[in-house]
Amino acid sequence: MARIPRVPVREQNPTVRASNFEEVCFGYNQEEAMLEASRCLNCKKPGCVSACPVNINIPGFIMHIREGEFEQAARVIALDSSLPAVCGRVCPQEDQCEGKCILGVKGESVAIGKLERFVGDWTRENGIDLTPSGIVPKGIKMAVVGAGPSGLACAGDLAKMGYDVTIFEALHKPGGVLEYGIPEFRLPKESVVRTEINNVVKLGVKIETNVIIGRTVTIDELFDKEGFKAVFVGSGAGLPKFMGIPGENLNGVFSANEFLTRNNLMKAFRQEYETPIFVGKKVAVVGGGNVAMDAARTALRLGAEVHIVYRRTMKEMPARVEEVHHAHEEGIIFDELCNPTSILGDEKGWVRGIRCIRMVLGEPDASGRCRPVELPGSEFEIEVDTVIMSLGTSPNPLISRTTPGLEANPRQCLIVEEETGQTTRKGIFAGGDAVTGAATVILAMGAGRKAARAMDLYIRGLAGE
Amino acid sequence: MISWRFYVNIFIMYKILTKDILAPGIFRMDILAPRVAASAKPGQFVIVRMDEKGERIPLTICDYDVEKGSVTIVVQVIGGSTLKMSQLEPGDTLADFVGPLGQPSEMLSEKFEDLAAKKIIFLAGGLGTAPVYPQVKWLHHQGIKADVMIAAKSSGLLIMVEEMKKVAGNVYIATDDGSEGFHGMITDCLQNLIDRQGGSYDLAIVIGPMIMMKFAALLTQKLSIPTIVSLNTLMVDGTGMCGACRVTVGGKTKFACVDGPEFDGALVDFDEALRRQTMYKGYEGKKLYEEQCALGIETCKCPK
Ligand SMILES: Cc1cc2nc3c(=O)[nH]c(=O)nc-3n(C[C@H](O)[C@H](O)[C@H](O)COP(=O)(O)OP(=O)(O)OC[C@H]3O[C@@H](n4cnc5c(N)ncnc54)[C@H](O)[C@@H]3O)c2cc1C
Ligand SMILES: Cc1cc2nc3c(=O)[nH]c(=O)nc-3n(C[C@H](O)[C@H](O)[C@H](O)COP(=O)(O)OP(=O)(O)OC[C@H]3O[C@@H](n4cnc5c(N)ncnc54)[C@H](O)[C@@H]3O)c2cc1C
Ligand code: SF4
Ligand code: SF4
Ligand code: FES
Repeated sequence: MARIPRVPVREQNPTVRASNFEEVCFGYNQEEAMLEASRCLNCKKPGCVSACPVNINIPGFIMHIREGEFEQAARVIALDSSLPAVCGRVCPQEDQCEGKCILGVKGESVAIGKLERFVGDWTRENGIDLTPSGIVPKGIKMAVVGAGPSGLACAGDLAKMGYDVTIFEALHKPGGVLEYGIPEFRLPKESVVRTEINNVVKLGVKIETNVIIGRTVTIDELFDKEGFKAVFVGSGAGLPKFMGIPGENLNGVFSANEFLTRNNLMKAFRQEYETPIFVGKKVAVVGGGNVAMDAARTALRLGAEVHIVYRRTMKEMPARVEEVHHAHEEGIIFDELCNPTSILGDEKGWVRGIRCIRMVLGEPDASGRCRPVELPGSEFEIEVDTVIMSLGTSPNPLISRTTPGLEANPRQCLIVEEETGQTTRKGIFAGGDAVTGAATVILAMGAGRKAARAMDLYIRGLAGE
Repeated sequence: MISWRFYVNIFIMYKILTKDILAPGIFRMDILAPRVAASAKPGQFVIVRMDEKGERIPLTICDYDVEKGSVTIVVQVIGGSTLKMSQLEPGDTLADFVGPLGQPSEMLSEKFEDLAAKKIIFLAGGLGTAPVYPQVKWLHHQGIKADVMIAAKSSGLLIMVEEMKKVAGNVYIATDDGSEGFHGMITDCLQNLIDRQGGSYDLAIVIGPMIMMKFAALLTQKLSIPTIVSLNTLMVDGTGMCGACRVTVGGKTKFACVDGPEFDGALVDFDEALRRQTMYKGYEGKKLYEEQCALGIETCKCPK
């Protein structure tokens, strides 16, 4: 049998999309999805499933797509994931499910992510309601801190078990990184993110925004004064890192978080929104992760010439392959093997350039990637007027500091039992980036769901069941 | 378009309970925000967003009433958002009101004996009187009377003098144009007071425009008075997430929203802070001048 090649996905033309915030990838239509689904071999021992962090029954849902049974496909995915339209778009599939697809060994893997996205979008567009009926309320209050993927997933599962769940969110909008970090052109907010949040709300979960746990109320007050019986902490890893090099506080130097928050959460790219955003003519984005790609592609869309300054090469970049590829297509310039040593200012204190040193790749380090080593005497300057630092983030210590007995490691990550999310304090569970440091949406979601099961067991234990 | 809020089922309204005009371009509001009122401490601030399209602006908590569940803010019109806010009336609501943010004033964690033994002066420049007030009031409730020096451009721009007199020790007034109290800058007034009294203070808390804090801190350093300043940097989230509020204090980068807003005045790099405040000047400034001009607001700094 002649093998059908992987069905290509339609995308916005790179030169057109470089100046708009519309979604880059259009996704499959029904015919394309069914054709792509027909490529799956429905393996007996599917490698893809074990490589998915939440073990979605991948051949299961793909077989339904092949038959045109999209609602059934949605129901299969819903058993393991509550955010298919999101994960189908943002999962690093090449390292996960698709990376272990048998077809990938000799050619092109099944486009699992694109198929999952298709199902998620189809469900939304056709108004299919997957909310289970007949939830029996238990009348037991559970609190969730943070409305990012981990918190939303945990809250959704607890609600399905009949708990009375309230999510407390520090920002004015729920969604976490999905709302403030990942840009519109990769993850549309109005349609995709809002629907996923709305699905959680439909289960009866309450979301109270503008509540900063540790400041507005403490976790102890949630237990003692508000009657919550257990708490899940999904507060993410939101604190930006800087390099600590001279010139970092010049005007025109931003953290990627600030730049992206202004643009995504505050919608600075839209004329009618009031929050200002600054982007000069020539921007250097320092870093090579997803966050760096997002910041760079946002700056590009706001009209700048953008350079990604990265100390290794494009091959070692931790960003998803698809994002690096898209960035490249759109005209982002990659300055590889180059590391900033200082940021240069003009007489008024604004950025005028960035001083870098050339790097060479040395021996592989613990992570298996080649360690970059400075090439002595190779310093040079790049003329830029904006620098965006995208060096990673760490968890906010606010909650661990204001909750006695809740311990974090020196990197501020909360200490938990891997399988349950149980923290060092009874009744408090945690998961997602708050535990692992910056990771992925699907891992955060998986951790939230695991914790929901453990919280249920904990409550039953209290009741002596 | 239906707002996403429509979908969220805890729908909290931050209602404006009262509003009064304290001076041209300066107004005070009580906002219904029970959770914030219950946790607020002197020295902390809130972040407010007027509506769906608004920016997040930081404002100091000037007073709070746990029973009424209200928080008092005092706002000066300086740009688009504050102008819009000045047009709201009691009964209207704010989209968002989050807090309390930042560290409470350092004195709250000091031992009573240590604090009571100190001679304290507050230096309040312009709008700075509002954030000074809760601290003086807090000391008053502890049985400690602090002196307060209030300065403004001219008599009409002095705010909250009567309220302050009720909770402070001595209240000194200074105006740049001499229309009330001491004729001159707050720094001259302090120097004059010290020279005349011959005495000194053990602690100065300076709150006002960045430039005033800079010069006041230089003077108090010369006078060997330990000094605390409250920095009003640019901010976005107010929770440590963006770094827009970075300041250099004692050679180290700090985030004003979580490490501050109060810092040791002797250690702050004011020139950098002043420069960073102007980051979006060209962007918002122009729009602002036009709007103020159109409304005939007195504080208009329009280049025309
Ligand atoms: C720009 C960017 C791009 C990314 N791209 C990808 C990608 O392509 N694919 C991928 O898989 N992953 C990506 N990630 C990573 C992914 O988004 C995160 O791993 C994931 O969102 C973590 O989920 P979470 O629920 O743990 O935390 P978050 O999404 O960070 O949510 C935490 C929530 O908790 C709230 N919160 C924090 N503190 C408090 C408090 N004290 N009280 C109340 N609420 C609080 C925060 O406001 C936030 O809403 C990206 C991240 C960024 C920043
Ligand atoms: C911790 C803290 C507490 C504050 N407390 C109060 C308060 O109690 N009452 C009050 O009226 N204001 C207070 N401010 C300042 C207030 O946040 C700004 O005046 C407000 O954000 C301006 O918004 P706008 O849209 O009206 O002006 P914009 O149009 O944003 O700004 C107008 C001009 O003022 C400059 N500017 C913007 N923000 C600030 C700022 N934070 N400080 C100084 N200059 C700024 C801009 O560069 C611009 O040129 C506080 C700020 C901080 C950080
Ligand atoms: S959730 Fe992510 S890893 Fe799992 S199947 Fe979907 S795209 Fe692949
Ligand atoms: S490994 Fe590939 S071919 Fe096999 S079931 Fe998974 S997706 Fe289908
Ligand atoms: S305001 Fe964003 S970190 Fe301080």
